Amino acid sequence: MRSSNWTSDFLNQLNKANISVVTSPLNQISKIEQWQIQSSHWNEISQLAVEQQLRWVSGWAEHIDKQFFVNACFEKAGLYIVLRTQINTDNPELPSQASVYPAANRSERHTQDMFGIRFIGHPDNRRWTRHQAWGKHSYPLRKDFSVDGEPEAITPADKDYPFIKAQGAGVYEIPVGPVHAGIIEPGHFRFLAVGELILNLEERLGYVHKGIEKIAEGRSPESLARLAGRISGDTTVGHTWAACMAMEQAANIEIPPRAALIRGVLAERERIANHLGDMGAICNDVAFVFAQMQFTRLRENWLRSNVLVFGHRLLMDIIVPGGAKSDISADSVVVIKKDISRLKKELSEIMPIIDLNSSLEDRLYTAGYLSPETAAAFGTLGYVGRASDQDYDARRDAAYPPYDQVEFKVALENQGDIASRFWVRYKEIQSSLKLIDQFINQLTDGEILTAWQIPKPNSEGLGIIEGWRGEITSFVRFDAENKIARFYPRDPSIINWPALEKLTLNNIVPDFPVCNKSVNGSYSGNDL
Amino acid sequence: MLKLLLKTLKTGVVTERCKAPKDNELEALGIEIKRHIDKKFSGSIAIRQVDAGSCNGCELEIHALNNPYYDIERFGIHFVASPRHADVLLVTGPVSRHMQTALLRTYESTPDPKWVVAVGDCATCGGEFGVSYASCGAVSNVIPVDLTIAGCPPTPIALMKGLLGLINLPKGNV
Repeated sequence: MRSSNWTSDFLNQLNKANISVVTSPLNQISKIEQWQIQSSHWNEISQLAVEQQLRWVSGWAEHIDKQFFVNACFEKAGLYIVLRTQINTDNPELPSQASVYPAANRSERHTQDMFGIRFIGHPDNRRWTRHQAWGKHSYPLRKDFSVDGEPEAITPADKDYPFIKAQGAGVYEIPVGPVHAGIIEPGHFRFLAVGELILNLEERLGYVHKGIEKIAEGRSPESLARLAGRISGDTTVGHTWAACMAMEQAANIEIPPRAALIRGVLAERERIANHLGDMGAICNDVAFVFAQMQFTRLRENWLRSNVLVFGHRLLMDIIVPGGAKSDISADSVVVIKKDISRLKKELSEIMPIIDLNSSLEDRLYTAGYLSPETAAAFGTLGYVGRASDQDYDARRDAAYPPYDQVEFKVALENQGDIASRFWVRYKEIQSSLKLIDQFINQLTDGEILTAWQIPKPNSEGLGIIEGWRGEITSFVRFDAENKIARFYPRDPSIINWPALEKLTLNNIVPDFPVCNKSVNGSYSGNDL
Repeated sequence: MLKLLLKTLKTGVVTERCKAPKDNELEALGIEIKRHIDKKFSGSIAIRQVDAGSCNGCELEIHALNNPYYDIERFGIHFVASPRHADVLLVTGPVSRHMQTALLRTYESTPDPKWVVAVGDCATCGGEFGVSYASCGAVSNVIPVDLTIAGCPPTPIALMKGLLGLINLPKGNV
């Protein structure tokens, strides 16, 4: 275990700086504390936090009566705190944390667009989530904004967005998207290039904004779990788990040990399926089709076993509030064990071929370099962070059942290039296979569902799990009568997209697809 | 290189035929698709996939159509990079309002005759997201739809079946 007493040191330090903090537990189950502070200290506290090397995790707001509650979650050594302040709805403004933490940049812009809160001193206060579907002076997540809104018959294109410009001989722009050439989600990339060299890449996302936070309000726990499973289709297990964990904290219930093991198997199966898909796609983007065919074959085998064991190829809707919906039978254990040995054998044949391929080496090594310093500054998560020496994994560092009962290695690379992000995925597959094996061996008879308790009005939870892309945080607050008052899921993509802007610099335009694939951010998970 | 060739040989052809016991529907379907494609489209249809707001679940399964088990291209169905090269638009997602104009422009860019297939529950009826300030709901609320393939997400087999349905559509629908 790492040292976890930084909170008392930090509180002392805040005391010395005359920042008064009222601390209380977020709920009775999690170890997370909420720290109430005055809004005027919002920026100052972030400066002290960055000095103490706290990581900025997530930010969200809530509209409660005539006030906005603004939250920022920080982490160090696996211990999380939620910083919270209240501001009036009349003239809502708050000192920005984005000037200190780049990770807070887009999050604050999202809050600005959705709540109309001005972040004073924000380095870039252009709109982010808002395109043209609602007006400049209406804010969808305020309680007086109806879920239907007042949309025009046809929402016009967001053609006047002020992109960063460059001038000079030979500099030109390449606009890409929102509709891309492949079978891929929509988003816009604006390149500034000289010859083939990328001078700047600016992402413009928000095209698949579906109002997830708004339509979550008023739902039942089961219905929220279903919605969470569709935040990002490739992370259906991860998001459902995080949302259910938050709801279970709020309801003050614990899931049965067997359900936790089933969730662990589901999450690791999801991780492996996605890594297999990505590893093939990375090779395909540099025209090594052999690997693409092999990996898509392995992925298909894997998904077919998902059907045999859980009845759904992508494992949707199997995690439910209170536990899991389907059990793992004795027959399924055999299927899963056979799967593990089969995949191990296949990979032992394929990986040496990839390792020895000089054209792959030529394309993947040194390309798309993300330095450990940049990764740390942006709080980069998951395999993207771990390929750039960011040694964090919520499964180990903020362990939750069933990961608190097993031993496993967290893959780490320090080269920060596409090859590192490729090999980190391979190492993660290996440790996931070992994890599944341990979970299966630990399965003992027992319940898989805890009876639901209707949470008290205003109770809240913050689910934190390591999804296949990295740490997912999911905030839930309940209203009366078992209804959701606020839901904010933070996909790792929200944190990782800016890293893509950095790692493509000084690469050539034709290498962008493989750079993008090596990060593989979710558009849907980002846009909400 | 020798290892690569060995692995390729060892893997063999995994593309599924009639005798594959569990997926025996697949080949029958595929052959029927091919017969219809031959008749109506001179042996090939070009599909442009458009994600108009999906969670990406449907895209994962559409991708699977190109894996060696399904290998949909052997039936003359292939995915193209531009709507200007397409016969069919395969549209997923509830149409987010931010994608509405992009979808309309993609539709306008596709040469006639063209067909639109709405893929997945969201594209079919709005699914989990419905109609809201941010979502137009079903694809048919934005552009004319010729065929829907339900499922969350539809399996590759369901997608193949659906495409067969498209090719069976009476001419009046076009």
